[in-house]
Amino acid sequence: MVRRNVVGAHYGLVDWLAQRVTAVLMAAYAMVVAVALLQGAAADFVTWRSFMASGLMRFFSFVLVLALAWHAWVGVRDIWMDYVKPVSLRLALHVLTLFALIGSVGWALGILWRL
Amino acid sequence: MASRTLHFKIYRYDPDKDRKPYMQDISVEVDENDRKLLDALVKLKAKDDSLAFRRSCREGVCGSDAININGKNGLACLTDLSSFPEGKPIVLRPLPGLPVIRDLIVDMTQFFKQYHSIKPYLINHDPPPERERLQSPKDREELDGLYECILCACCSTSCPSFWWNPDKFVGPAGLLAAYRFIADTRDQATNERLDDLEDPYRLFRCHTIMNCVDVCPKGLNPTRAIGKIKALMVARAI
Amino acid sequence: MFRTVTIRKFDAVIVGAGGAGLRAAIALSEAGFKTAVLSKVFPTRSHTVAAQGGVAASLGNAEEDHWHWHMYDTVKGSDWLGDQDAIEFMCRKANEVVIELEHWGMPFDRLDNGRIYQRPFGGHMANFGEKPVRRSCAAADRTGHAMLHAMYQRNVRAHTQFFVEWMALDLIRDEEGEVLGVTALEMETGDIYAFHAKATIFATGGAGRIFASSTNAFINTGDGLGMAARAGIPLEDMEFWQFHPTGVAGAGVLITEGVRGEGGILRNSLGERFMERYAPNAKDLASRDVVARAMVTEINEGRGCGPHKDYVLLDITHLPPETIMKRLPGIREIAIQFAGVDPIKEPIPVVPTCHYQMGGIPTNYLGQVVVPGKRSQNEVVPGFYAAGECACASVHGANRLGTNSLLDLLVFGKSAGETAVEELKKMPKAHKDLPKDAFERTLARLNRLETQKDGANVHETRLLMQRTMQKHCGVFRFAHLLKEGVDKILEVQKRVEQTEIRDKSKVFNTARIEALELENMIEAAVATMVSAEARKESRGAHVRDDCPDTPECPNGRDDVNWLKHTLWYKEGNRLDYKSVNLRPLTVETIPLKKRAY
Ligand SMILES: Cc1cc2nc3c(=O)[nH]c(=O)nc-3n(C[C@H](O)[C@H](O)[C@H](O)COP(=O)(O)OP(=O)(O)OC[C@H]3O[C@@H](n4cnc5c(N)ncnc54)[C@H](O)[C@@H]3O)c2cc1C
Ligand code: SF4
Ligand code: SF4
Ligand code: FES
Repeated sequence: MVRRNVVGAHYGLVDWLAQRVTAVLMAAYAMVVAVALLQGAAADFVTWRSFMASGLMRFFSFVLVLALAWHAWVGVRDIWMDYVKPVSLRLALHVLTLFALIGSVGWALGILWRL
Repeated sequence: MASRTLHFKIYRYDPDKDRKPYMQDISVEVDENDRKLLDALVKLKAKDDSLAFRRSCREGVCGSDAININGKNGLACLTDLSSFPEGKPIVLRPLPGLPVIRDLIVDMTQFFKQYHSIKPYLINHDPPPERERLQSPKDREELDGLYECILCACCSTSCPSFWWNPDKFVGPAGLLAAYRFIADTRDQATNERLDDLEDPYRLFRCHTIMNCVDVCPKGLNPTRAIGKIKALMVARAI
Repeated sequence: MFRTVTIRKFDAVIVGAGGAGLRAAIALSEAGFKTAVLSKVFPTRSHTVAAQGGVAASLGNAEEDHWHWHMYDTVKGSDWLGDQDAIEFMCRKANEVVIELEHWGMPFDRLDNGRIYQRPFGGHMANFGEKPVRRSCAAADRTGHAMLHAMYQRNVRAHTQFFVEWMALDLIRDEEGEVLGVTALEMETGDIYAFHAKATIFATGGAGRIFASSTNAFINTGDGLGMAARAGIPLEDMEFWQFHPTGVAGAGVLITEGVRGEGGILRNSLGERFMERYAPNAKDLASRDVVARAMVTEINEGRGCGPHKDYVLLDITHLPPETIMKRLPGIREIAIQFAGVDPIKEPIPVVPTCHYQMGGIPTNYLGQVVVPGKRSQNEVVPGFYAAGECACASVHGANRLGTNSLLDLLVFGKSAGETAVEELKKMPKAHKDLPKDAFERTLARLNRLETQKDGANVHETRLLMQRTMQKHCGVFRFAHLLKEGVDKILEVQKRVEQTEIRDKSKVFNTARIEALELENMIEAAVATMVSAEARKESRGAHVRDDCPDTPECPNGRDDVNWLKHTLWYKEGNRLDYKSVNLRPLTVETIPLKKRAY
């Protein structure tokens, strides 16, 4: 392949937006949990568990996990893009990151499911 | 202020004779007529004519003499000698992140390549009218804070994203110029310009670190311009 | 030692990428010719970038205006030394070239109706000198910056080939006198090249740095003048230098006339508004030479300000801060940076400062370089063109009006480019052969510098030249000082021929560049001093103590003996004269009159 400097991938806006939106989501989640904690939602394990197991909270946590993963994906990918120049190595790192993230999401969802 | 002695530590490198760069300790007498760092550099050159740096207008409008002064990018001709603390040597280095040609002179090819990549000229496909194209004073005001850029490269060479990807990230100066044309009511290529920038490298390498705003000797704000480009992209996408 | 010269061929080579060079380049590139543009600095760093006030054009956006009125003002401003054909050509073309710039994206300020904003400027009047008119098209106080960037951008679009940080060294001329290109130094490598071309355009700007106190950039060293003079081309009207009244004392940085246009007042150490005594009507807005001389008189008579009583004050503290912020933002920045005062609160210390070179390489209004020959006093030098401050068309004569210089470089940059295009179309495909000795002068100069022993220091010699010019050939000229000045400057010239540099390296050797620049500056300096000493009258910017205002010679001007252009030749340090063209292209001659505002 010729060695050319190529740009013009025509994506990036969605990722950039996603980073902002997911960040907002995570902040909101943290707020909710903080408020709940102040109101004694973690007085003991049982209250905490029932709080987290409520339908609404379960849905919220589900969204959080997805948001976190997406956010992490964009962030980690950006780091690989900045520091890792060989394309093949970078592709491999991207794939590994993806696997790791998908794995984590699955694991987290498993925990949520068992609640 | 009578005459006083200034001490410098200056990055020196002459590819003809030096195997690698070194820092030179040198001092010079300045008097009350020497207000700016550039005045001191001119005196240093009178002492040692092998010291190489760029300069032209000596009034902050040509953008020639951007260097790294005590760790921060700036123009020598706008830097007050009185701003330096007594007793500590003044450390001068070439702009970071670009290849050094000699001493304080860097190779700006990459910087201008990025500037050229955003098509820095007005695009208007209508046949030119007999008289000027009209523009209201309010529309014209949109260009303030954009067109004044002197292409000194202080901003781009202080931007970590530009250091890592000078070949792919347009950098703050180029993006400021891009927005200058997007914001011009006479320009008809807004969509093409946005298309061209919608790329994880060209625009979205900017992580709003704001170094660029901090160093711009003309007080311009590339980060704000970048934000406005992103906002336009969002507006057109949703 | 320098031995090898690499040859590159182009249709046209333009030396200089300031306003004039960029305008010529657009004409040639858009016509499809292979054009090389050489510049000592990246194009947008050329000194056109520093122009503040505006560019003149009788657009009539703010009030009624006409090119003929503009022509009248320019002839009068030139103290009738300007050539009226060239002046008519420039004033008629003004609207066209300014509108073009607008179409290319130049961000002019706007009037409420959306048209280009225009402001008043010294010497520009309505109805043949009746009352001031708003003729200066402006982009805040950064007109030159906006203009230069817009033209560079247009060149990017036209794919012009730039050679950035290349310094032209000498003109290549064959036995028949035809110009065949230039030799040049690539700064980054230190290698020597020859640009072999069918058309060579000089747009190298002024030589304002020959004076100690100057509004000009370090790079304004008159290289075009030096190259032309060494190649046997005379320099025209070099005794005429404009001293701008308001340069920041000490620093030399310019404070635009627009400040006085907005209401600024000049005061002496007594706090007196002294211009009321010198120009009761126009006061602080009298023409530049009048204000500059009034200031020098005040300082000479002991009413200067500051510890050394060597400057006067420019006061705008009575203006509302909003006006200063909106209309003069760049000026406030300059005052804070270079005078250490905020003009909203304190007046700015100013002195008359060398600003603009009216003379230069003689050209006609088509941009072709002309010299006296067997057939006429204006024979075209084949293949050679010049435009901008380095050229003398002559539209500014003995004194330039503010904002006419940016117009000059647009109009004559364009016409030089277009004339070259027409000539190139007529020329054979093959280049004329270079003469055998094409590179001799260049190599000799470079190798002299390489081998010089026990020579003069470049920095010190330059200072000596600048001080000599300032003292002997300044705002006011005194017969005895001029006479002494000629001897002194010729002595300095001898030193320049023996300068020595310690650094002999190749890569970006700025010591060598400065030494070569000094060799150009000294030609301009000698031309100035010798021409000034010889002109025994006062006219425009050239005012002598021994030529006062008399009934026969109003303002000291002697039209019987001195209504003529000076031509200085390097060879033999010789002077010649040619007549002024008083015949415009289509309208009637503007007759001689005493110049008063
Ligand atoms: C501070 C200031 C303010 C001014 N304001 C106004 C104003 O408001 N209105 C107005 O009408 N006029 C104004 N003038 C005057 C006007 O700006 C200049 O006369 C004009 O810009 C000169 O343009 P130029 O293209 O001839 O030369 P420049 O812009 O000086 O360009 C010269 C070019 O030649 C190149 N060059 C020189 N020597 C060589 C060489 N040996 N080899 C290669 N390249 C070379 C340089 O690199 C540069 O690119 C002002 C001048 C000054 C100094
Ligand atoms: S804000 Fe963007 S462009 Fe500016 S320094 Fe930070 S990353 Fe670079
Ligand atoms: S934005 Fe500011 S720092 Fe960056 S190139 Fe332009 S003037 Fe220089
Ligand atoms: S010398 Fe022109 S910006 Fe400093």
